[in-house]
Amino acid sequence: MNNNSITSDVLVVGGGLVGAAIAWGLLDRGLTVTVLDEGDIALRASRGNFGLVWVQSKGDKMHEYARWTRRSADLWPDFAEHLAEETGISPSYEKPGGLHFILSEEEDRRVHAQHQRMHNVNGERGYGAEMLDRRQLDELVPGLGPEVISGSYCKHDGHANPLLLLRALHRGLGLRGGRYIPDGRVETLERDGDGFRATTSHGSYLGGRIVLAAGHGNKVLGPMLGLDVPIHPEKGEILVTERVAPLLPMPTHVLRQTNEGTIMIGDSHENTGYSTDSVTPVMSGIAQYAIRCFPALRNLRVVRSWGAVRILSADGFPVYQQSTDFSGAYTINCHSGVTLAAAHAGPLARMIAEGEFEPEITAFSPRRFDHA
Amino acid sequence: MPKRIDPDTETVTFTFEGQIIRARPGDTVASALAASGIRHLRDSAVSGEPRGIFCMMGACFDCLVEVNGQPNRQACMTPVSQDLAVNRQNGGVEVKV
Ligand SMILES: Cc1cc2nc3c(=O)[nH]c(=O)nc-3n(C[C@H](O)[C@H](O)[C@H](O)COP(=O)(O)OP(=O)(O)OC[C@H]3O[C@@H](n4cnc5c(N)ncnc54)[C@H](O)[C@@H]3O)c2cc1C
Ligand code: FES
Repeated sequence: MNNNSITSDVLVVGGGLVGAAIAWGLLDRGLTVTVLDEGDIALRASRGNFGLVWVQSKGDKMHEYARWTRRSADLWPDFAEHLAEETGISPSYEKPGGLHFILSEEEDRRVHAQHQRMHNVNGERGYGAEMLDRRQLDELVPGLGPEVISGSYCKHDGHANPLLLLRALHRGLGLRGGRYIPDGRVETLERDGDGFRATTSHGSYLGGRIVLAAGHGNKVLGPMLGLDVPIHPEKGEILVTERVAPLLPMPTHVLRQTNEGTIMIGDSHENTGYSTDSVTPVMSGIAQYAIRCFPALRNLRVVRSWGAVRILSADGFPVYQQSTDFSGAYTINCHSGVTLAAAHAGPLARMIAEGEFEPEITAFSPRRFDHA
Repeated sequence: MPKRIDPDTETVTFTFEGQIIRARPGDTVASALAASGIRHLRDSAVSGEPRGIFCMMGACFDCLVEVNGQPNRQACMTPVSQDLAVNRQNGGVEVKV
């Protein structure tokens, strides 16, 4: 066939946070890896997200997900340090804990009930989030608006710079001897001998195994290898302010101050297909809510905004799948690719390298939707 | 170091850190400062390291200065005018909570 076929132990399709973290982890296990990544026109959640490494509220209806998230958060400090040492690029991870502001009695009851349901998700180690009253909040974060009545604080929450994280993973890939092919949009996938062939417009690549980590692209690629990928887009818009001296001591679900001093404001959930437009009514809604939480933001200018599309399954939990028809083919899809980066680079990469998903992640199989 | 091709057309003046800077009509604060050899416009809010112009087209926000008492103005997007008072920005702007 094609004479520019290049062979690796594993082909990873997609070089976003998910593909890059897995590839970096696979390389650590001595496998040869090629990452094929589409160009700048692709939908790339990894370049447009909020940067939280977030544990609280994750996995209320699926405790395996709560545990997987927590496992990743527990691995993050070492992961961040290791990446920084190896690549010279720190993902600027910090773990001061995280806050969810509560502005109504109803929400207070809802979050409180969630804490009670989840208090035992990690057995002895607990859930890790607690309710704080307004007085306790004021000690933690001065300057909250009068409408904030309480908050939920979780010591396992933190945040990172997602662009530096991605950059570090890409550099790490190269340093570990991996091959990264930009502008490598995969058009077709097929079996080739014992392995797989991925064909791009400029040539084809062979791999013993293949991991589809192409975000929304997986929906199209998956079926070529017998993998049904039930994911849909959900837009989120983010605003960024000018840089200021330290103002927020910890990230919150709608606001966080970055390592550069800017404040990111976000958390919209829009059903607008694959559009990444940012639109004024949503942006002003985001800004208004943030000002209710933290009125000093009123004094800051917004310097940037954008929209990006989340990769979501119907229940919001990951879709990790091994193909039954094509053994050696995997697809990995999730929201919260920043949070899960440490789990993807560590335990998930190991499971893929060993060819066996452990019971703790088999719950993420899309078979859970079959009887829905 | 940037240099003017034709320096004699500088007819506008403003101050940077109190020093008088001569500029051409149509200059931005950033272009006039660059032509005067001034490259250090602010200190990073995080590391304290010096920052200056980078993109010269309003995209990078590296060129922030204080203009007439207002912080975080982009020098490359601020046209010069007679008697502007421009100052170097030291670290992050403090916002009162
Ligand atoms: C607004 C917003 C806020 C978010 N906030 C957070 C947060 O605070 N914390 C958190 O943990 N997560 C957050 N997320 C989620 C997180 O960004 C995603 O889970 C993560 O980026 C998914 O990474 P990915 O690699 O699967 O997808 P992507 O970043 O979309 O990467 C997929 C890659 O595949 C490539 N590709 C696509 N098709 C092909 C093809 N045919 N051939 C080759 N390559 C292909 C693309 O070029 C792309 O680089 C947020 C997401 C959004 C949109
Ligand atoms: S130099 Fe980039 S914004 Fe001014």
